Amino acid sequence: MNGIHDMGGMHGMGPIQPEKNEPVFHARWEGRVFALRRAMGAWGKWNIDTSRYEIELVPPAEYLRMSYYERQLAAFLELLVKSGLVGRGEIDSGKPSEGSPNRSPVFTVDKVAPLVAKGVPTRRNVPVAPRFQAGQRVRARNMHPVGHTRLPRYARGKAGMIERDYGVFVFPDTNAHFLGEKPQHAYSVRFAARELWGEQAAPRDSVYLAMWDDYLEPV
Amino acid sequence: MTTTRRDFLSAATAAAGAAMTGDLSHANAQGHDHEHQAVPSDLTLRVKALESLLVEKGLVDRAALDALIDTYEHKIGPRNGARVVARAWVDPAYKQRLLTDSNAAIAELGYGGQQGEHMQVVENSPQVHNLVVCTLCSCYPWPVLGLPPVWYKSAPYRSRSVIDPRGVLREFGLELPEDVEVRVWDSTAELRYLVLPERPAGSKELSEEALAALVTRDAMVGVAKVTLSQAGGPV
Repeated sequence: MNGIHDMGGMHGMGPIQPEKNEPVFHARWEGRVFALRRAMGAWGKWNIDTSRYEIELVPPAEYLRMSYYERQLAAFLELLVKSGLVGRGEIDSGKPSEGSPNRSPVFTVDKVAPLVAKGVPTRRNVPVAPRFQAGQRVRARNMHPVGHTRLPRYARGKAGMIERDYGVFVFPDTNAHFLGEKPQHAYSVRFAARELWGEQAAPRDSVYLAMWDDYLEPV
Repeated sequence: MTTTRRDFLSAATAAAGAAMTGDLSHANAQGHDHEHQAVPSDLTLRVKALESLLVEKGLVDRAALDALIDTYEHKIGPRNGARVVARAWVDPAYKQRLLTDSNAAIAELGYGGQQGEHMQVVENSPQVHNLVVCTLCSCYPWPVLGLPPVWYKSAPYRSRSVIDPRGVLREFGLELPEDVEVRVWDSTAELRYLVLPERPAGSKELSEEALAALVTRDAMVGVAKVTLSQAGGPV
């Protein structure tokens, strides 16, 4: 979707503000949100692309006003309700509704180390032919889906070159909406900075984006 | 859904108590992004309530939450990446493996996993400077750098890194000569990027361990170089 999250190339966002000796979490609740999202993700009711899309659905003005973990929390609440794991009434009251099933956590303490150590790989060992190869000129599609996509606006319609084939990966545009993993090749694509931004960019600079087959067309 | 969010925040405001003002002043003391933040005390209360609800419903295990937080607060951070970089500086064969099969080479030092499932290490040189960003969200190589700092996830960095990387670097105090090629890596897929910075001049005598102590998080994101003296202390 053409949302506020897709902010590459925007102006007016102000100076970057690094913080000395920054803590991992600035308040206890931030860490709890971080951990709760992962623990609830273990129920398998959504995937990483769904959860990214849910954050993209935070209305633009709120998105910019909220801190990072506030956005995560807002999207998390939506996921909890949409997945059916928690009712809106339960969130409002803070109490389980009458007759709601009492379950046993799936993400138990013994599952923490394996999750951290293995993660959730999105490369797939399935035989899918690549549509492009290293060294080939390509153009990013001029597409504007209302759903989730990882093709930023600033690259759409721009020409670049395939640098490397990363192999076959889950396709986020379908996976986010439970329309299947549609595994396909993803590539490292180099775009000259001047192709993206015109003459104001330095002549030899470039931006590399990782792009799936469905984002690209031959030049 | 918007309504729910507003309800959520307004309910939180109503529930906020004077007892939480200590937490509020803590947040205000932080010199960054918090001017955009809603009253933190509300969030403290609401997240506590949410956690209790999920525990009561049997959906989460508190011990697992604690362990996960402890892992990213105390066990996984930029010291991991610094060891990878230092090893690459002292061992040319390791460096070669790191650049060609990043995951396997990083795993040799015992690192890998969540949000680093698919890694690519990119090398700085006198001719090339690499910079990593995620314009769409906050993708970052957790196993080697830990969780990202607020500035990395912020709108100013995400918006400008791709259109004006040299301006962004200048803001971090790094002025690059015109003839250096800047390569920006936008983390749009599940690839995670780690910058292999240049080894600082005059570091020949240093041990691998001493070298690792010089390597900062910022240098591995590409917003700084590694220098012999880290006056401000490593971050």
